[in-house]
Amino acid sequence: MPDLLEVKGLETQFKTREGIIHAVNGVSFNLKEGETLGIVGESGCGKTVSMMSLLGLIPMPPGKIVAGEAWFEGKDLLKMNNEEMRHVRGSKISVVFQDPMTSFNPVLTIGKQTAEPYRIHNNASKGEAYERAVKYLELVGIANAKERLNDYPHQFSGGMRQRVMIAMALICEPQILIADEPTTALDVTIQAQIIELMKDLREKLGMSIIWITHDLGIVAGLAHRVNVMYGGYIIETAPVKGLYSNPQHPYTLGLLGSLPRMDETEYRRLHSIDGLPPTLLERPSYCPFEPRCKFAVEKCRHSNPALQEVEGEGHFAACWVNPKTGKEY
Amino acid sequence: MAKGEVLLQVKDLFKHFPINQGLFSRSKSKVHAVDGISFDIYDGETLGLVGESGCGKSTTGRTILQLYRPTAGEVLFDGDNLAKLKGEDLRRKRRYLQMIFQDPYASLNPRMTVGKIIGEPMDIHNTLKGKAQLERVEELLELVGLNPAFLNRYPHEFSGGQRQRIGVARALALQPKLIVCDEPISALDVSIQAQVVNLLEDLQQNLGLTYLFIAHDLSMVRHISDRIAVMYLGIIVELADRNTLYAKPIHPYTKALLSAVPFPDPFIEEKRKRIILEGDVPSPVNPPSGCRFRTRCQYAKEICAAEKPVFREVEPHHFVACHFSDDLK
Ligand SMILES: Nc1ncnc2c1ncn2[C@@H]1O[C@H](COP(=O)(O)OP(=O)(O)OP(=O)(O)O)[C@@H](O)[C@H]1O
Ligand SMILES: Nc1ncnc2c1ncn2[C@@H]1O[C@H](COP(=O)(O)OP(=O)(O)OP(=O)(O)O)[C@@H](O)[C@H]1O
Ligand code: SF4
Ligand SMILES: [Mg+2]
Ligand SMILES: [Mg+2]
Repeated sequence: MPDLLEVKGLETQFKTREGIIHAVNGVSFNLKEGETLGIVGESGCGKTVSMMSLLGLIPMPPGKIVAGEAWFEGKDLLKMNNEEMRHVRGSKISVVFQDPMTSFNPVLTIGKQTAEPYRIHNNASKGEAYERAVKYLELVGIANAKERLNDYPHQFSGGMRQRVMIAMALICEPQILIADEPTTALDVTIQAQIIELMKDLREKLGMSIIWITHDLGIVAGLAHRVNVMYGGYIIETAPVKGLYSNPQHPYTLGLLGSLPRMDETEYRRLHSIDGLPPTLLERPSYCPFEPRCKFAVEKCRHSNPALQEVEGEGHFAACWVNPKTGKEY
Repeated sequence: MAKGEVLLQVKDLFKHFPINQGLFSRSKSKVHAVDGISFDIYDGETLGLVGESGCGKSTTGRTILQLYRPTAGEVLFDGDNLAKLKGEDLRRKRRYLQMIFQDPYASLNPRMTVGKIIGEPMDIHNTLKGKAQLERVEELLELVGLNPAFLNRYPHEFSGGQRQRIGVARALALQPKLIVCDEPISALDVSIQAQVVNLLEDLQQNLGLTYLFIAHDLSMVRHISDRIAVMYLGIIVELADRNTLYAKPIHPYTKALLSAVPFPDPFIEEKRKRIILEGDVPSPVNPPSGCRFRTRCQYAKEICAAEKPVFREVEPHHFVACHFSDDLK
């Protein structure tokens, strides 16, 4: 399938009192049509910033996109002016955020907010836009959608608000939906509702999804391919099954080993990853995982490995060492 | 007391919170946060307490420790009903029951040094002073894996995982018997969670501690607990040892909850069939009549609205509150 989005060498930094935060350090990836790409990694590793950089949603200053290209429909998203970006954002590429309450305007009705993106992008009449809002609210499972158009966000539960957010994001039938931890604030039974809904909708609408999460369980059931991020880098990328059955980066191995599994019958002490994630105050000349890595060799301390194909097709890791053998490649 | 004997008994415990609806309203509405629960905690075990947001887990923990005074019911510990104790009598018992909180940022006083924070319970309970206290604090810091030299630092100088260790050290200061761990790892990064869980396990082994472990994350609860209680809307719907609960859940809510948990394994996720619950959890202000779960239960019949199901021992050591528990085995 053809690539819908091609990101090359994205670098984003923030100027802060402590110094420059190297939030995203040369991130490259492709997204195919109809593909769901999972982005995992712990807090602060650059998941949100890398995606928001693509959509012109980084506050500048303190933020700055230092380098990179992001090709979508023959144009570089990073070179677009505000006007051009407005045509893309919310219409061709849309976003669902983690916290539905802060993304809503509390004094506007659900109907108005759901219909708004469609009105703006398609020059539709109010009646037309509301009709379409009803259709999409029904699609995401809001019962009696028509009667609830005049309700306000606080009259909806957390799970319902997240559904409305999804309806808003989908109303223009985007080619790409970026979902930034859309279920993290929800209970597991509601999370399961939303994930089933998304699986159903991506079939129906044939869209591509970028799903950001720190939950390796969600990604396992939803993504076709996964990028694992650490300290502003993609340190491993692979088709979902290859990643879980054959993790190639010591960090990915460590993460998977630190999770308890519900299908384990024997007690197993969890493997912990010692130490802390990097502060991002420097752009390391060494492997960013080296201070915590059990496999590190001399080379890791003075050279930062790039992604290289290591295992089967499309499976890349940024590591000098083959963790299976413990030896350098 | 020998390991495996009853350490603490909760009998028909209720905690209701009145709702303030303005100066002149004499409304009797109240939040039924904990609405009649009974269970035992055995010496040396970890009892897991799970359930969705707002179901009453924290209130249960706090009411057991008498941080909230119960609306009704008994908490039997060391020959006394804590619900009836006051003042000095209560304080003397309270030192054996400690708590670790979810938020390692909010739960430590930012203006106190680590040494003061950990030493404070010893001041309050008049146990150790001066040099003896200092030595004990150093010992505790070492016990939780922190450098005793950190004594004079302030909480903001530590990472989330380290702060959680400080919270653990403080809870251990008075050699407690039971520690209520209220979501002690939810705020931590995945790679740090295993560090804290391993620490709690080691301390339990070495000091013979008993835990009431409250959490959202069902796979972590399974990992750490000997027995698990599932709460829904203020009541316990099922309680069993961990293997039984996960392998043969009986209550329809437990079944749905477990089926909603994502597995970090794409091969398993591919084949899983989920029970997707309809709708949201009802309000604890007006909980449904009869069985609390009936509004979302696929097995509900007339009797479920008419009668409260009894929380009874359906199989040895396996308690369930459902009218159809015999059919659902
Ligand atoms: N406006 C900002 N000013 C300064 N630093 C920022 C800003 N926004 C993000 N950062 C920094 O950039 C880094 C990457 O942040 P990002 O939000 O992408 O993390 P994330 O992977 O999405 O984490 P989380 O899982 O917590 O959402 C972090 O160190 C963060 O502190
Ligand atoms: N101090 C309080 N005053 C009034 N209502 C309260 C108070 N504490 C808790 N509640 C209410 O009691 C119910 C149970 O709350 P509780 O905090 O025990 O839930 P929980 O299971 O710990 O949820 P979470 O998983 O979100 O921490 C909720 O409806 C909550 O709003
Ligand atoms: S490059 Fe070296 S330090 Fe980095 S992950 Fe690989 S082995 Fe570890
Ligand atoms: Mg983020
Ligand atoms: Mg709680």
